[in-house]
Amino acid sequence: MVHWTAEEKQFITSVWGKVNVEECGAEALARLLIVYPWTQRFFSSFGNLSSPTAIVGNPKVRAHGKKVLTSFGEAIKNLDNIKSTYTKLSELHCEKLHVDPENFRLLGDILVIVLAAHFSKDFTPGCQATWQKLVGVVAHALAYKYH
Amino acid sequence: MLTAEEKKLITQIWDKVKPRQEEFGVEALMRLFTAYPTTKTYFPHFDMSAGSDQIRGHGKKVAAALGNAVSNMNNLSQALSELSNLHAYNLRVDPSRFALQLLSQCFQVVLAVHLGKDYSPEVHSAFDKFLSAVAAVLAEKYR
Repeated sequence: MVHWTAEEKQFITSVWGKVNVEECGAEALARLLIVYPWTQRFFSSFGNLSSPTAIVGNPKVRAHGKKVLTSFGEAIKNLDNIKSTYTKLSELHCEKLHVDPENFRLLGDILVIVLAAHFSKDFTPGCQATWQKLVGVVAHALAYKYH
Repeated sequence: MLTAEEKKLITQIWDKVKPRQEEFGVEALMRLFTAYPTTKTYFPHFDMSAGSDQIRGHGKKVAAALGNAVSNMNNLSQALSELSNLHAYNLRVDPSRFALQLLSQCFQVVLAVHLGKDYSPEVHSAFDKFLSAVAAVLAEKYR
């Protein structure tokens, strides 16, 4: 079980309280597809991913980004039990989607950068440290059911 | 490896960074040590308090080296040759470039914090690629 200090919980909830899940999720997923183009292989049914502009404007990317980040919100509601929160999603990503877990780490890092751009100076080193820890825990939970 | 368009984006964004490059270098290091405490093992002799002379001095060095890399994107291997030797033979920073990947993440967070929307997806993509290239050159001589 992961231990979260009171300060870390504060950093998480105060940031999350101000996040626009739809915008932020869309941006994070779009950046993943742009910065690490091989990840596009998982979204061949999404239509036009031919350029950064196309990706950012793609409605399926936006919708899926929102879905991904909404799921992230579940982890935040269950900080003391992230592993079991993600059991089903972990199995899905392994057995059906066949996603290399390294990609979860990449998405996590991108999410941190998106938050940094959005929150600017409020995204202090301590705040970043907590969020790096959180995305790491989520990535680990998603990889947990791999075999 | 870097396209002409990417080099242009990197140069443009570095023009915005240049007047504050020392400040950014220092902040990147502070974020590195805060978010990834294991990286402190490379600096056992440092005063780790915020604003310490050593962290300021080192942040300035790191930023200057990156600036040099930006000016020599067509010849990173040669431009970073000395630093490559240093990291491989003397410092022996984690050979999987892991520690350097963490610094890359922290430097990008600094850019995002201070440049906001200017750190667009296209700039982000180009700069991430650039930092990977720099890390690869620094790790070139490990074995």
